Amino acid sequence: MDPGHAIDVRGLRRSFGEVDVLKGIDLRVERGSLVSLLGPNGAGKTTTVRILSTLLEPGSGVARVNGFDVATQAARVRASIGLTGQQTAVDDLLSGYENLVLMGRLFRLGAGSARRRARELLELFDLAAAGRRQVKTYSGGMRRRLDLAISLVTAPPVLFLDEPTTGLDPRSRGDVWTTVRGLLADGVTVLLTTQYLEEADQLADRVVVIDGGAVVADGTPAELKRQVGAERLELTFSDAGALATAHRVLTADRPRGDGDLTLSVPVEHAKDIKRVLDQLAGSGVEPGELFVAKPTLDDVFLTLTGQTATGGAR
Amino acid sequence: MTTVPADVRRSSLYWAVNDSRVLIGRCLRHIARSPEQLVLMLFLPVMLLVMFRYLFGGAIDTGDVTYVNYVISGIVVVAVMVNTTATSVAVCHDMLEGIVERFRSMPMRGTAVLVGHVAAAMTRHAVSIAVMVGVGLLIGFRPRAGFLDWLVALGLLAVFALAVSWLAAILGLLAKTVEGASGLAMPLVFIPYVGSALVPPSTMPDWLRVFAENQPVSLVADSVRALFMGTPLGNTGWLALAWWGGIIVLAVPLAGRIFRRKATQR
Repeated sequence: MDPGHAIDVRGLRRSFGEVDVLKGIDLRVERGSLVSLLGPNGAGKTTTVRILSTLLEPGSGVARVNGFDVATQAARVRASIGLTGQQTAVDDLLSGYENLVLMGRLFRLGAGSARRRARELLELFDLAAAGRRQVKTYSGGMRRRLDLAISLVTAPPVLFLDEPTTGLDPRSRGDVWTTVRGLLADGVTVLLTTQYLEEADQLADRVVVIDGGAVVADGTPAELKRQVGAERLELTFSDAGALATAHRVLTADRPRGDGDLTLSVPVEHAKDIKRVLDQLAGSGVEPGELFVAKPTLDDVFLTLTGQTATGGAR
Repeated sequence: MTTVPADVRRSSLYWAVNDSRVLIGRCLRHIARSPEQLVLMLFLPVMLLVMFRYLFGGAIDTGDVTYVNYVISGIVVVAVMVNTTATSVAVCHDMLEGIVERFRSMPMRGTAVLVGHVAAAMTRHAVSIAVMVGVGLLIGFRPRAGFLDWLVALGLLAVFALAVSWLAAILGLLAKTVEGASGLAMPLVFIPYVGSALVPPSTMPDWLRVFAENQPVSLVADSVRALFMGTPLGNTGWLALAWWGGIIVLAVPLAGRIFRRKATQR
């Protein structure tokens, strides 16, 4: 087994009753890097994370975390990992500080080190001012930050983040991203699942796209986006006549349906936008509205699997 | 950042005790911070005691003993049942929220969660019983128990409360929603009513009277009453101890098994 990989998964399968949830996942994460598992709801992201964090037994295949086999060395794996699950796992009736001390004690730190570590983490996660308040008074973003802080109580070498920003407002999401980048700078290995291409793009060294329990793509964010295609210019016209004219002069995709007055044109550089507008001006039509759309998870799925991501769209 | 490794030289028993202590501390904090548990612990039992004493007391013939002296052991038993519904709710809540999932990904003993909840329940029972005895004394409760009688009565109540708390924990594990947990625990509250806890069963129809006199909750109420009032205990004390001791022996490992099964299922 390669010591350079903090997470090494080969041929991982798992079924629940008749349903095959994982159909042979291969995944390797280099030490100190962040790999994002990207996929829609039901793709098998959470099942993978739960197996890697020893919450679920693997069906078949081999999974090693920090060099330890998840099936036969669960205790060693647990001592090596932090987990922030999809559900926030904090105690609402305790304060943020009490939550951290509690978890520290359960991670078997001494009373003194647990308290010291709690204060350190509150500071690090910008929760020092709210540290003595009951968690039920916290905002969603604060709860998430506390949740993340708890999974770092023992400064584990490997961290699992299962959709850490789902349900957060954009600002809180940005805060979480900043924190995760800080952890990477400290040399932590992170496996992050997400439904958001943008999140993978922002954080990941490599992106592994899974769908229906199998890996459908594996590469850097740039490689992935190249497969998906460039950004697109979306043009909306005031009537069907203008739309038809524009469609004739531009190398655009067909309108999406009857009554839809929007054309979508791939644009890679700023000069492409100028070219499109020049061509339109030359034919005498003017778009009512225009904006640039970035590739979304839906586009990735459309390209990679030929079908729309279900439930994962934004 | 510095990695602080778990101390591996200690025995697993040491860590089981450590984890349980930490989680008992957590559940004790919960008592003071949840109004619902405080109401169940302090207000409801006292209200029941006062209500039975003044509303029903005059209409119920308890022979030589006054009604308040008869009923206080029964209300204590009812209060244990009432208090314990909060344990079902709390256990269910923990199972549904992510926190048990997190505990299981940590190098700790998962079942310590249940120990924490049961220990907190025992604390609530103790406070609740102390308050009831205090209020009882104010409204006419006149125990004739000696020191040893008190010790035996409280010991028996402790065994009973411990057994009921583990049963409540099991119900909490089995429930699929928090509301469901509260519903599942509800029958526990009514078991004492079909017995000798609150009224002498002598006027009940025969088939019901046999059940009412011999069901395990009645055995506890009758034993505690005899000990409080210095009347002959007979063998009800031993029967009560056998029942509830037996339930503890069965319920604790069962709770552990259900916990492990449920926790891996989710």
